[in-house]
Amino acid sequence: MSATPVTQPANTGLAIDDEVIIGLEIHCQLDTKTKLFCGCSTDYRDDPANTHVCPICLGLPGSLPRVNRKAVEYALRVGKALNCGIAPEAEFARKNYFYPDLDKGFQITQYDKPIAVKGYLDIEGDDGEKRVRITRVHMEEDPGRLVHKGAADRPKYTLVDYNRAGIPLIEIVTEPDLRSPKEARRFLNKLRATLEYLGVFDSEKEGSLRVDANISIQPKGWFEREGKGKADRGRVEIKNISSYKGVEKALTFEITRQKNLIRRGQKLESATRHFVETRGVTTSSRSKEMEQDYRYFPEPDLRPLRVCDWAMEIVLPELPDARRARFMDQYGCSPIHARTLTGELKLAEFYEKVADIDTVLAATWIADTLLGELNYRDMGITLVPPEQFRELLVLLREGSVTDKSGVEVLRILLDQLKETGSCEGARACVDRLGLRIIVATPTLTGEDPVMEAAREAIAEQPQAVADYRAGRKEALNFLVGQVMKKTRGCAKPGDVNKVLARLLEEG
Amino acid sequence: MTSVTFSPDDRYNAFITTLSEAETGPGRLSDIPVAVKDNISTRGIPTTCASRILTGYIPPYDAHVVTLLKREGAAIVGKTNMDEFGMGTTTENSAFGPTLNPADPTRVPGGSSGGSAAAVAAGMVRMAIGTDTGGSIRCPAAFCGIVGLKPTYGRVSRYGLIAYANSLEQIGPMARNVEDVSLLMEVLTVHDTRDSTTIACPYRHTPDPTIRGLKIGVPEEFFGEGVDPRVASVVWEAITRLEAQGAEIVTCRMPSMAFALAAYYVTCTSEASSNLARFDGVRYGPQADTRRTWHESFQDRRREGFGTEVRRRIMLGTFALSSGYYGKYYAKAQAARQQVRNDFLRLFRTVDVIAGPTMPTVAFRLGEKTDPLSMYLSDILTVPANLAGVPAISVPCGTSEGLPVGLQVMGQWFRDEKVIDVAAACEQGVSV
Amino acid sequence: MIEEKDVEHIAMLADIGITKEELPEFTGQFNEILDYFDILDEVEETGAWEQELANIFREDEIVPSLPRDEVLANTREAEDGFFRAPRVM
Repeated sequence: MSATPVTQPANTGLAIDDEVIIGLEIHCQLDTKTKLFCGCSTDYRDDPANTHVCPICLGLPGSLPRVNRKAVEYALRVGKALNCGIAPEAEFARKNYFYPDLDKGFQITQYDKPIAVKGYLDIEGDDGEKRVRITRVHMEEDPGRLVHKGAADRPKYTLVDYNRAGIPLIEIVTEPDLRSPKEARRFLNKLRATLEYLGVFDSEKEGSLRVDANISIQPKGWFEREGKGKADRGRVEIKNISSYKGVEKALTFEITRQKNLIRRGQKLESATRHFVETRGVTTSSRSKEMEQDYRYFPEPDLRPLRVCDWAMEIVLPELPDARRARFMDQYGCSPIHARTLTGELKLAEFYEKVADIDTVLAATWIADTLLGELNYRDMGITLVPPEQFRELLVLLREGSVTDKSGVEVLRILLDQLKETGSCEGARACVDRLGLRIIVATPTLTGEDPVMEAAREAIAEQPQAVADYRAGRKEALNFLVGQVMKKTRGCAKPGDVNKVLARLLEEG
Repeated sequence: MTSVTFSPDDRYNAFITTLSEAETGPGRLSDIPVAVKDNISTRGIPTTCASRILTGYIPPYDAHVVTLLKREGAAIVGKTNMDEFGMGTTTENSAFGPTLNPADPTRVPGGSSGGSAAAVAAGMVRMAIGTDTGGSIRCPAAFCGIVGLKPTYGRVSRYGLIAYANSLEQIGPMARNVEDVSLLMEVLTVHDTRDSTTIACPYRHTPDPTIRGLKIGVPEEFFGEGVDPRVASVVWEAITRLEAQGAEIVTCRMPSMAFALAAYYVTCTSEASSNLARFDGVRYGPQADTRRTWHESFQDRRREGFGTEVRRRIMLGTFALSSGYYGKYYAKAQAARQQVRNDFLRLFRTVDVIAGPTMPTVAFRLGEKTDPLSMYLSDILTVPANLAGVPAISVPCGTSEGLPVGLQVMGQWFRDEKVIDVAAACEQGVSV
Repeated sequence: MIEEKDVEHIAMLADIGITKEELPEFTGQFNEILDYFDILDEVEETGAWEQELANIFREDEIVPSLPRDEVLANTREAEDGFFRAPRVM
């Protein structure tokens, strides 16, 4: 960074090296059996409204919260995995505001004394490895769920379901260290993978992760120097983005929007916006959010958490980076394959169940083919029975099918899985479709289909034969193609080549 | 299961709800009619906190103390009147009209557990439970001439107590004599893990009036300017009688008294402003009007449902917690609280209990106290025990102008037994 | 010194609703009480009250929830098992 001050007039347009400054606030549901402050089951998604509530999470007068030990353990795991310092004393606090989904009129969260602070997560940045600093990690409860009813012609009202009220959340706040929507997406992917590896988070549960993103565009170096943005370049907070792709889209849209405003010389007010997933745009929201006074004070019904000693005893499972290194080391995976395979816990586990067949073959087929086919069908890796995939790998390994046939079989099996939840065996499929590679025998006698096809091809293509004999070796390729057609791709091109060459020589 | 019939002549308006047939069973409280203050949740019985905002609310669960009463066979015969949400010193702040003092029906019974005190004093029930946030058991006990104990904070579960000020309040026993208060205390102190602010410390004790050798501290501040000299005189006589029974009286000082009342009111209003935010008419209480917007409906509900004193305290508390003022009020109040605790710690190094008048005056006339601040000031002698969490009892020790006067005895944390003993000694002294 | 507009602001913050008629008396009483609270300015910050109790937990074991009819028993405006509330905007 240059030491010379950036002199630009106040109403300046955009400079080519202006920086995008992004910070994230991520809320994740912890995968405990019960809610944060009561014993209601957290498995509410398939159940009718208000069937997972009790006096405590319903906010009935006189009820009192009790802290779920497991939730605290999970929070400590997250704090440690993100390289944070664990607070000697953490404290729950009340955040007071009035909203229909907040049945007590306050949310129990952590404010002055969060459970973990000052950590980091290393990610693949736009210019190499990058350390994203974590400001804090704290615990809080989820509010209920609102369903807005009514329409233009009928009076509007709201329906409330408190099944979600009280679900344990962990909030992770980053410093504004991210510099592009891509980096933000990579950070989220790495965070998600880390949380899965820790066993504290189930990313398949709908709504289990929500992101608030804040973004501004500043002259290069300004933010690092000043510690905040330029006066006319406000910071926008985009609230409640509920998908990973949504985060990248929202940020991309917002950058364009802000850049346009800057080019026109307009002042950007700090504001809160909402991301409309279906339209891919951010829209302005009531700026009342910014004026809220939450009147935080320590939760008088709960006692502090002094859990440093406990935190020290916690042994973390293998995390993504360590697993990546191990995959390269133990299985000989390429760095790219290793990164892909360890990007999701279930994928890494899947790989390790089938890698014994042939580690590199398995890595290639999973990372380069299977994943693509799954994405195309909008399927997750958990839908693929590892044994079935093993069978396919074995066939590939032993050379019983060509790569092309292998892909064909894979697609058929996946389609079956998607439709019915089960599929035939890989071998059965290969046999059913007659895709097994025909191994050519070296003798000229017997019922050898390759031999048969070769003889037929020679008989049918006298011009090519003549061309070959005249010295044009490429005519052989044409004949090989004919034989491949006749054997429906099941012969090995190398073998066909040899057989034809032999026959032509003799013929 | 048998039942007790209850059809009282409630001329003092002690009750909000009565049960004409109350179930009773085997146990230490078998066949005993017990009244429960109406801020304590009772399953299937309306629970109002004497407020319009809870009209029609029927809790689907019992408070822990109610479960304990039932377990010992008590006949819960009704829910008693109170100052709305516990906010008051006279039981005049009730949506159901004031309760009258059986000792003199032109006067208040004290508050906020005035209904419980009146029911006991009038002989309608043998025992009652009340709640004490800043003196709300002890004040009515003193004004009505009965015994009322605020236990050590954390000794009785608050699960089911509709919160006013969580860090200050406790449920406690009220009766006409120390023995019954002690019996009720035994029933109430079974530990409850649902309240994370409690410590398991069951009370098992027979009151013992022998106080020979006991050191009783009497702080100067308890006999200061604001205390009616006639009340002071009655209380001094009682203390002198304790001395005659063998106790040693030690005068002492509690400088933190200067801040105690302010610390109390900042703390309780702050906590209340948060605790009372849940009454939005969506899940219970008078229905929120879905034809209006959320904030409009919420404001209307609160203006119509909460009385003036409640609204005043909510606003004070909101202000004390608000951005820019938290440091000046709430944070300072907690520091002041620490000083009160420190004073008690210091005093208890040399004395066993601390004694003085419960209230600075005898019961006021109905309608006499109209100015909020002047009402708050009458809590000056009772709030220190709530701020520190120490046990405190009020026991009748004489009369002034024909009206009951209460002696307050405070003890060390978790030494409620000692407080009971001194009260028993006082009781003995009075009857002699 | 708190003025009527300050009291109105607090009432708005607290979503509590006081009427125009109540405002002057409320403001006067407020000021009286806040003046009394000023005594706290003299308190030295001695440091936070150290709670003796800490780490009070419950185990992550499911306890049956309330039956839905009891959950909805105190409202007359349930719809398909949901609570009805006024619209936010």
